[in-house]
Amino acid sequence: MSREELKQRLSEICPSVTFDETGEFLMAFFTPDVFLTQMKELRCATDLNFDYLFCMTAIDWKDNFTAVYHLSSTPFRHALVVKVKLTDKENPVLDSVAGIWKGANFLEREVYDLMGIRFNGHPDLRRLILEDDWIGHPLRKDYADENMIEL
Amino acid sequence: MDVDDTKKFPGLVTNTPGGGIVTGKLEDLINWSRSNSIWPLIFGTSCCAIEMMSAASAKYDWSRFGFEVARATPRQADLIIVAGTIVYKMAPVLKRLYDQMPEPRYVIAMGACTISGGPFYYNNYSVVKGVDHIIPVDVYIPGCPPRPEALLHAMISLQEKIGAEHYFAKEKKTSLPMGNVRSAKDALAKESEKKRGI
Repeated sequence: MSREELKQRLSEICPSVTFDETGEFLMAFFTPDVFLTQMKELRCATDLNFDYLFCMTAIDWKDNFTAVYHLSSTPFRHALVVKVKLTDKENPVLDSVAGIWKGANFLEREVYDLMGIRFNGHPDLRRLILEDDWIGHPLRKDYADENMIEL
Repeated sequence: MDVDDTKKFPGLVTNTPGGGIVTGKLEDLINWSRSNSIWPLIFGTSCCAIEMMSAASAKYDWSRFGFEVARATPRQADLIIVAGTIVYKMAPVLKRLYDQMPEPRYVIAMGACTISGGPFYYNNYSVVKGVDHIIPVDVYIPGCPPRPEALLHAMISLQEKIGAEHYFAKEKKTSLPMGNVRSAKDALAKESEKKRGI
């Protein structure tokens, strides 16, 4: 599916979607409230068939967290970046997509570990990289602990 | 590589008919044989380990100096080359490896990360700011990463250090308590930063 067709199709799934075409991939901004059903649609619609979540990260933009999903379709060879802004800086929560893409399980655990975004409906939301007794989420911009030496 | 690998034998050899007589200090002989057969532990955590592998391979070939028997278990190793970044999660593992090595044991801190945390010194939550917070270090090699020649130089320096030791009156070296890693030493580092006005 070409980029224009993809934009057309995404607007059908999510009328409020906005796009950013500055990057390598087409970027679509979704809203967190109906995010899960839209992601399911991306995975299951026969003409979209985004069957591979090849990267999932999050960014701390100081005034919001942005979850970033890189999706691609192995049969159709098209790719898409889905971004979701989370404005609650204290307690960011988003629906888990681990039920849609199995690989999201560890990716979401990593994001939870380092960025502190909680994923609703995740089967096993524990820290992935840091020790279980670690306090805080070190990739947040406001993170500090007594061992860090500030420059 | 142009290095002097003709180590002088630390004793006097007197040729006699049908053989010879060696005279020398027992300590010198023991140190001579120890320093020319150091078995390093296979241990590497990042890019310094690539240089370490290069030093072991045919081009640089550390077996010329008696390091060829790299061991995969600390129980048979004399030397641990800490090649690479040590993070707080790795620190207890490194300490355990060191504690499992038999005496006498030696440590080479290879590269900026192991000496001080290197490029990860500032604004970092995960990297130990110098491996000497965990285990005592004999030789430090600066560089990021150091070239294999630098590692060979460090290993030859270690041989010289071993050659000058008093084997029979050697003090035992122990690893440091783990509490130091994340509190006392870093607090000291912060204090010295303040003093230097950084």
